[in-house]
Amino acid sequence: MKKTLFDKVWDSHVVHKIENGPDVLFIDRHMVHEVTSPVAFLGLKSRGIPVMYPGRTFATADHNTPTINQHLPVKDPLSANQLKALEENSKAHGISYWGLGHEKNGIVHVVGPEYGITQPGATIVCGDSHTSTHGAFGAIAFGIGTSEVEMVLATQCIMQQKAKSMRINVNGKLSKGVTPKDVALYIISKLTTSGATGYFVEYAGDVFRNMTMEGRMTVCNLSIEMGARGGMIAPDEKTFEYIKGREFTPVGADWDKAMEYWQTLKTDEGATFDKEITFDAADIEPMITYGTNPGMGIGISNGIPQAESVEGGVATYKKSLQYMAFNEGDNMIGKPIDFVFLGSCTNGRIEDFRAFASIVKGRKKADNVTAWLVPGSHKVESAIKEEGILDILHDAGFELREPGCSACLAMNDDKVPAGKYAVSTSNRNFEGRQGPGSRTLLASPLVAAAAAVTGMVTDPRELMQEELV
Amino acid sequence: MAYDKFNILKTTAVPLPIENVDTDQIIPARFLKATERKGFGDNLFRDWRYNPDNTPKEDFVLNNPTFGGKILVGGKNFGSGSSREHAAWAVYDYGFRCVVSSFFADIFKNNCLNIGVLPVQVSAPFLEKIFEAIYADPKTELVVNLPEQTITLTSTGESESFDINNYKKDNMLNGFDDIDYLLNIKENIREFAEDTPL
Repeated sequence: MKKTLFDKVWDSHVVHKIENGPDVLFIDRHMVHEVTSPVAFLGLKSRGIPVMYPGRTFATADHNTPTINQHLPVKDPLSANQLKALEENSKAHGISYWGLGHEKNGIVHVVGPEYGITQPGATIVCGDSHTSTHGAFGAIAFGIGTSEVEMVLATQCIMQQKAKSMRINVNGKLSKGVTPKDVALYIISKLTTSGATGYFVEYAGDVFRNMTMEGRMTVCNLSIEMGARGGMIAPDEKTFEYIKGREFTPVGADWDKAMEYWQTLKTDEGATFDKEITFDAADIEPMITYGTNPGMGIGISNGIPQAESVEGGVATYKKSLQYMAFNEGDNMIGKPIDFVFLGSCTNGRIEDFRAFASIVKGRKKADNVTAWLVPGSHKVESAIKEEGILDILHDAGFELREPGCSACLAMNDDKVPAGKYAVSTSNRNFEGRQGPGSRTLLASPLVAAAAAVTGMVTDPRELMQEELV
Repeated sequence: MAYDKFNILKTTAVPLPIENVDTDQIIPARFLKATERKGFGDNLFRDWRYNPDNTPKEDFVLNNPTFGGKILVGGKNFGSGSSREHAAWAVYDYGFRCVVSSFFADIFKNNCLNIGVLPVQVSAPFLEKIFEAIYADPKTELVVNLPEQTITLTSTGESESFDINNYKKDNMLNGFDDIDYLLNIKENIREFAEDTPL
């Protein structure tokens, strides 16, 4: 039988099938952070059971951590308590722990790939919906709830029904200034935030083949924003090159054996999907969102759609625009903004900082803009310094903060004030996502950089100083 | 964590006819700092329910004494966004045992099933009828019958069936959770793990 990439990885991890019920799915690697794990550990305690395979679980602190003065004690007692709980739980159960201040600390979905924890053909879960990021390597990776975190800790398995399959093809060549983030926002704007619910997506076509691993991670990261359980891309030479030599990557004979398996990880010719959609790369321009869900995105040079022209309820649409204080038909270009956030598991990698720097180089941060530039990990932070990007940022009037999830979900002090507009490279523009009353415009690092130096929504193509590779 | 058994629920319902209600609205991130599962109901729909000075927003349905009951009826694509189970905990802790919508986001639906909140997916026209019936008479009761997999509007007698897989249905009827099941097949898992290198 012809199998999809998703079938191959899923089917090889089924421990047990329940008729008219879920599959018991074995989980190769489990990532844990401070926010969604404490109640799971409490559950183990009340049942009096240990973590079954502590070597398969990796803990890092990211959601709740400050992005300045990380060497000092965490001021907020609730955050400090949650961080302490993660540390104690990790130590008590023999789980590797990269806490605040650890050289390998960073956002869970940034450090996983950086250290080779993320591998093709693996099943990877984490109590965080952006776990789909790891699908960039041909892994089945998705977010789970805390009950499921407890299941994985206790038994290294979860119970879920196999999702339906969808393939999204994007073919052709991307235009100048169009990044992986724009490709993802474009797809979500076409499918809506629920268009892929119940599906696991495979991304295929030239555009993804030609994308860097960082770009593929950005695309897979955003799969959840169209409702998909996860997204994945077949591994290729680029994937193998990326993971080779990383700390948790197999070596020697183990590498050869792994490669034998990894090279089988592609959808068979003639395999069918429950749904297949194809887009043309030439139709995509730099994107920006104008509403309160990630599906409310448009090409940056377009106006905000009329309520009657969008799918879904008119009342919900109008409520959304009212929250944003935008009107139907408004142009996005020229809208004044107050904050810029570069970072998150979506766009907090070195390539994103390179893109941002390419625009701000030789320019100055606009006076009306507060900019938070937050690397996804210490490794990204080091690369920013080594590549001379930090000097470019400093010359342009920007500061670099310390790694963490930061203003993406504003659990720490990095909160956008009520009524203020933030151009953010993160993943969600929900009401209050970046702080109560905050208004978020999701965009690529290039669009964020253009906004940061002009103080308003600006087409980055007008500021591009050299062709992006 | 074990929860109360679910069988037949007959109750009034709270209408929230908004689409794409995301889990950041159900429980904002700043309330996720607890290390125990308690008190989340107080912050259910926090920013829709309270002003910044913590006074209640009178026009929000949870602050309207006309509406009440153990069923929350939401618009299409309910529970999208973040995987935070805290959203399902908040719904449960507030006192809801069932959420009705014409479409649910995946992770939220799973989380509900794992903690004893029954997600009931109905057709878009039936959802409209439910909203109309509640607004016409807030005392209108809904009957959610899990054994029969039906939801009925008592005011008109109209009914629809809903899907749930046998395994989850059995769990809900008996108050079992998945870990009980998984611990029972631990030896199978151990054998599987031995063949699966890290």
